[in-house]
Amino acid sequence: MKTDIFEPKIIAFMCNWCTYGAADLAGVSRLEYPPNIIPVRVMCSASVSPHHILRAFQNNVDGVLVGG
Amino acid sequence: MAGTQGNFKVSLTENPRYIDMDKCIACGLCAEKCPKKVDDEYNEGLGKRKAIYVPYSQAVPLKYAIDDTICLKLTKNRCGICEKTCPSGAINFADKAKEKTLNVGSIILAMGFESFDPSGIDSLGFGQHPDIVTSMGFERILSATGPFGGHLCLPSDKDHEKAPKKIAWLQCVGSRDENRCSNAYCSSVCCMYAVKQAVMAREHSHDPLDCAIFYMDMRTHGKDFDRYMEGAKKNGVRFIQSRVHSVVPSQDHQGIEMRFIDPDGTIQNENFDIVVLSTGLQISAACVDLANTMNIELDHGNFVKTDSFNPVSTSVPGIYACGVFTGPKDIPQSVMEASSAAAAATEYISSARHTLTKEIVIPEERDTEYELPKIGVFVCNCGTNIGGVIDVPDVVAYARTLPGVTYAEENLFTCSQDTQDKMAQVIKEKKLNRVVVAACSPKTHEPLFRQTLINAGLNKHLLEMANIRNHDSWVHASEPARATKKAKHLVRMAVSKSMLLNSLFETQLPVTQSALVVGGGIAGMTAALSLARQGFPVSLVEREQNLGGNARKLFHTYMDEDIPGQVKTMIHQVNDHPMIHTYLGAVIEHLDGFVGNFNTTLATPESKVTIDHGVAILATGAVEAKPDEYLYGKHDAVMTHLEFDGRLNKKDPMLDAAEDIAFIQCVGSREAAHPYCSKVCCTHSIHSAVEVKKRNPNANVYIFYRDIRTYGKRELIYKQARDMGILFFRYDLESKPRVTPSGTGVNIRILDHILKMPVSIDVDILCLASRIQARDNQSLAQAFKITCDSDGWMLEAHQKLRPVDFATDGVFLCGMAHYPKPIDESIAQAKAAASRAITTLARSSISVGGVVSRVNEQLCSGCQGCIEVCPYNAIQMDEKKHVVNINAALCKGCGACAAACPSEALTLEGFNNEQIYAQIKSAMGA
Repeated sequence: MKTDIFEPKIIAFMCNWCTYGAADLAGVSRLEYPPNIIPVRVMCSASVSPHHILRAFQNNVDGVLVGG
Repeated sequence: MAGTQGNFKVSLTENPRYIDMDKCIACGLCAEKCPKKVDDEYNEGLGKRKAIYVPYSQAVPLKYAIDDTICLKLTKNRCGICEKTCPSGAINFADKAKEKTLNVGSIILAMGFESFDPSGIDSLGFGQHPDIVTSMGFERILSATGPFGGHLCLPSDKDHEKAPKKIAWLQCVGSRDENRCSNAYCSSVCCMYAVKQAVMAREHSHDPLDCAIFYMDMRTHGKDFDRYMEGAKKNGVRFIQSRVHSVVPSQDHQGIEMRFIDPDGTIQNENFDIVVLSTGLQISAACVDLANTMNIELDHGNFVKTDSFNPVSTSVPGIYACGVFTGPKDIPQSVMEASSAAAAATEYISSARHTLTKEIVIPEERDTEYELPKIGVFVCNCGTNIGGVIDVPDVVAYARTLPGVTYAEENLFTCSQDTQDKMAQVIKEKKLNRVVVAACSPKTHEPLFRQTLINAGLNKHLLEMANIRNHDSWVHASEPARATKKAKHLVRMAVSKSMLLNSLFETQLPVTQSALVVGGGIAGMTAALSLARQGFPVSLVEREQNLGGNARKLFHTYMDEDIPGQVKTMIHQVNDHPMIHTYLGAVIEHLDGFVGNFNTTLATPESKVTIDHGVAILATGAVEAKPDEYLYGKHDAVMTHLEFDGRLNKKDPMLDAAEDIAFIQCVGSREAAHPYCSKVCCTHSIHSAVEVKKRNPNANVYIFYRDIRTYGKRELIYKQARDMGILFFRYDLESKPRVTPSGTGVNIRILDHILKMPVSIDVDILCLASRIQARDNQSLAQAFKITCDSDGWMLEAHQKLRPVDFATDGVFLCGMAHYPKPIDESIAQAKAAASRAITTLARSSISVGGVVSRVNEQLCSGCQGCIEVCPYNAIQMDEKKHVVNINAALCKGCGACAAACPSEALTLEGFNNEQIYAQIKSAMGA
């Protein structure tokens, strides 16, 4: 029997100056995490408007992370 | 070193690194395979490192090096595994030391300090138990990059699981001590770092953690430091005034036993799990040697001998020093001194500015506006860093199928010089007009690839990066198939965004190469002179009718330099300098413009004057508060420091006649209404007391204090005062001295903290160490768009790292407007402000544009919501058109305005909604 495992797709808006850098450092430190997260680099978390988040959900994203 | 000021010849030896810096990509494979381990000195020996290593994870440049004292290949000609492992061939065992000769005009020594080594002091038990650590060691324990990953645990526990319940800090280890070491000075920073460590340790601890700090005087004299300490006290950190007698690992293996006499005079034994020795700062033997070779005079503590009016000049003209090498100090003060040394070093050689500049020839940019997108995708293997996990050929093949992509290739190292050259060639040949690089992080490599685009005649903003290393192969190494799939997502997103990229342009805005300095005290005059000496015209504005400020009323510095005399010289220098125009009795009425292009209207007694200037330095100073206690203003025997200094200057016979003189500290400072330390008063009172004693050795001099804060080298004058027989009485805020009239003098009653008995003293003169108070800077703050903190001090851009900058570009601060400070620190900060100002003034134009916000006037409704959110004051309302304007010179490209705009009238170039929507859409599938 074949079972479908739910694999959520998560979009992460990452501030260039902190979260994006932290995600870079996670790589340098080889910290493993599931590949479900898709980064979108922004210049400040304040530049993420509700439109961006809604647009993500409209495109069938399962979760949104705003890191800043 | 040979030569003299303006023309030094310096020989340097560059020790071999055994790594080709151009080839090393810091992937870390070498260190992973290296078999040789040693104690990691960066982690104070609490962890291990390999023979091939980077000193610490944030090291710049992030390149490996081989320790040739332990490397098996270099010591025994065995191993060499790193050479086989390195994917980029960066290892070079044949590397040799290189000799270099430099021809320079000035030299700056910023050689730092070493932490005092407490192993020589048996009673402290360092080295006898792993849970007795130095403050540097504890700093590493708390750090996320430290030996235990930031988890607070006992170093003695092999599994790093057992958490401490009680931690003690012992202050003044290797400072203020001539018995167990020879460091008579105070290290100035340990009190504050101990409080910080206690607060942070409690934050790191899951269970309630008992923190106790054993101290002599708590010296938290910096900006906001006292507040921090009071906050720690309130949260339960214990402060115990006691010099600990002995630290011994306890017999029953229950931690570490400390024996001390508590403030009530009782002997106490208490056990702690970790004991932190707050070790002081000292100058290393190597630095002393170098100073000796350069003939630089050092003081008793081996610090560079400087004077208050030239705080960064050594005894050798043309050689300057900054940081702890000139005396113990904290980060903000070190940063200020560093900028200050830069200003001092360039004053003498400023005529050489720009003489070695080389012009870069940039190929002409191709106009791609009307071309259809032709996207080139370059996928990097990064040796095996990406290619070892992700199926790169598969990603390249996939990229070729994406709309708009006309070219795709894989590279071993996209960042290598030969690939860069090839890329530029391909861009030209294939007439690419968008470039996607799927490799590492844009944070590290975007500038490099932008340069490649420039070299290929493309606008540098037509680049998009897909971070398939840091965000993919490095973090999904155990799931190669999913990592490859994610790499395709990331490439697809980058391609779809790149389709919508536009060329962005930067324009050059001319800079008015002159400065406005507000405030004609010591700080303002120093800044003005430094700028003028480097060839920049200065308008110096002073509200009073004469220059000099508070300094005119002072007597001597703690190093016995005559302040009024020096100020007079400085006023002459200002008045005689052809580049300085002084406006006395003038105030700022109106200010317009922004960095590089300010326009100020002054109201002078004669007329209104308008001045164009590129930068402004605010040096408006502070005032001595008038006390409202201790009979001040009600009795002639009671006076403030400035009044007392006036009498010292006049050689007032009243002082010589006085048999008993007292000083009360912290008058108005460090209280609920004004919870800050005025920083200068302890030294000031003690210096005045010593002066009184010198003039009249028979006089009885008393100082009533809460903590004596003679930080740094000032500690020596405190010792001198005690040796001279000046008496010190400690009091608490709860039991302040009581002052009543007693004939021509006053009577002071206090509960003595040692005798536990009331003491009554009649004195002829009582000098009050009155608080230093901020001026009302309201209108100035509004004009310059700067902020002041709750105590009224002007708020710098960053308290540690940008101590003379404001968040507003082109405006700088110095002197007591920032916080109370002694003359040497005011002068250092003033020169630092000049130095920072010159970073703008030295340029004839500034580059404006690129990734900044833009307004579509047709869509803007003039609601001004964006003005509210802009952190840089870059947006103004155009009242005529009823739309907003963005000043591209001030915009930092954060895009907060674009998110706030309800009509999408504002967009951040390079990150506009269409581009982000395209990324979102393509993240979910083609």
